[in-house]
Amino acid sequence: MAPRKRKQDVSWRKSIKGRHAIGIIITFALLIPLGIAFILPFIVMVSTALKPLNQVFAFPPRLIPETVQWENFADGWYGYGYVNFTTCTWNSLKITVNNIIGNLVSCTLAAYAFARLKARGKNFFFAIVLATMLLPNEALVVPQYILFNKLGWLDTHLPLMVPPWFGWAFFIFLLRQFFLTIPEELIDAAKIDGAGHARILLQIFIPLSKPALATLAIFAFIGNWNNFFGPLLYLRTPDVQTLPVCLVQYQGAYGNTEWHLMMAVATIAVIPVLLVFIFGQRYFVEGIATSGVKG
Amino acid sequence: MLRKYFPAISASARREERIFYLFILPWLFGLVVFSIGPVFGMLGLSFTDWRISLDNLQFVGLENYTKLFADPIFWTSVGNTLYIVVGRVVFGTSFALLLAILLNQKVPGIPFFRAVYYLPTVTAGVAVALVWIWIFNPRLGILNYSLKQIGIQGPNWIFSKTWVKPSLILMSLFSVGPNMIILLAGLQGVPKELYESAEIDGAGHWAKFKNVTLPMLSPVLFFVIIISVVSSFQNFTEIRVMTEGGPGESSNVLIWYLWENAFIFLQLGVAAAVAWIMFVILMALTGIQFRVGRRWVYYEGEA
Repeated sequence: MAPRKRKQDVSWRKSIKGRHAIGIIITFALLIPLGIAFILPFIVMVSTALKPLNQVFAFPPRLIPETVQWENFADGWYGYGYVNFTTCTWNSLKITVNNIIGNLVSCTLAAYAFARLKARGKNFFFAIVLATMLLPNEALVVPQYILFNKLGWLDTHLPLMVPPWFGWAFFIFLLRQFFLTIPEELIDAAKIDGAGHARILLQIFIPLSKPALATLAIFAFIGNWNNFFGPLLYLRTPDVQTLPVCLVQYQGAYGNTEWHLMMAVATIAVIPVLLVFIFGQRYFVEGIATSGVKG
Repeated sequence: MLRKYFPAISASARREERIFYLFILPWLFGLVVFSIGPVFGMLGLSFTDWRISLDNLQFVGLENYTKLFADPIFWTSVGNTLYIVVGRVVFGTSFALLLAILLNQKVPGIPFFRAVYYLPTVTAGVAVALVWIWIFNPRLGILNYSLKQIGIQGPNWIFSKTWVKPSLILMSLFSVGPNMIILLAGLQGVPKELYESAEIDGAGHWAKFKNVTLPMLSPVLFFVIIISVVSSFQNFTEIRVMTEGGPGESSNVLIWYLWENAFIFLQLGVAAAVAWIMFVILMALTGIQFRVGRRWVYYEGEA
């Protein structure tokens, strides 16, 4: 019986191998065209950013510009009328950095409490965290708008910069999942040494959670840098605008826009996000996978 | 009575409890002020004639709601929203699953492709929405030019009443990154033994997919569908930048209808009513999905 079985095994493995080669070809036949499709919008953006205006409207459209016009970047940045990209970029940067710090501080505290502290009522409040994880802020803007109006915060950065200091359910959940994986023994040892919760959090949890905190920082960076709804809602005067709103103000009526300059500025606006994504990709992928699977 | 829920505890446990509440205090404060407060405030304001100022508010009962239900544009925007939600859930989830399956193959270069497929998601925003206007340009855009090369006369995309919604759905396929990654992690969590035993039973690719992958993936798939529905309601940027609800009202979705009423027509009472309806729809959808999900989702360890 034994030799026959081995023979069977070999033939089985062979057929799998043959199938595997075809599988690889099919996989690449899909992977590569899809990859090109995903990059195409960027190619269109950059190539338009490099063209003189008359070539932008040329037919047939060309992905590689005939003449490269680097001045587009400087001209676009210079803006026109009241649109000032230096101010907008500075505002975006300021809000984004503040919000990353605010989110990290407030969410770390809450996540530690939910992961490691015992209290009556904890399950109740954690259920609220889970329920509000999916609540889109857009559904709440009208009353939030009144609130900020009453506080006299309209046309300032406060409606954008204050709420992040009060936590975000999604981040609290992600960080709690990570905190649960930190071994109990470490905490016990620290407690024996007389450390309080503040010290345990600062000296054990935060150093051990750098990858998770990096993930949240990247999420927060991208979310805030791309945020359009909030600034559009709360900001009026040109001096306080953020980058996405500036870009839209650049957009004139349909079809009557300096596309080459607009795409040049759009390219500049996208670069920071691309850099953060490329350098932080490892953390990013892990963080998203955690949100869906280990929940 | 209260004792039952708050049993007496030791002094050290009480101290820990105080620290717990101290640590969650910022979040709790934010929850009350920025979420729960607004939800109820919105409900209250939807019964008033609130326009610009909050002074002299008149209670108008259900007038905002009756006005809303009598407005054909409201129903158009409900229909448009449903169209886009269904389209994004069906096509977006299938597409994300296809990408996840591709990225789960044992071939070289996967991290590179994963990054490339994720890229449009992180850059989704005003800058890329502007590029898409250009891609969708019926005469000069790259999309119709490419279609022409293979002999197809492309439609007017976002400038056409019939094609604007499919265009937005098509564009949303480029930002399925998170769903793709979540599904990929789900695929990698399927125990290899299950595939091996299915192969021994002589199962082909399709049979393995249908009988092993899908059931094992169902909790993750279910989660992905929920986020897709919720995020489809939030597609404000594309609408504001690319179509402003047009042409006609053919891409007027609820979030745009809300925005127009609140900040363009300054009918804030009506907007509050819309916001409340949206909130109820979202909560109901999530609830229904949880219920339905429980029935068809396979959880490991269940009989």
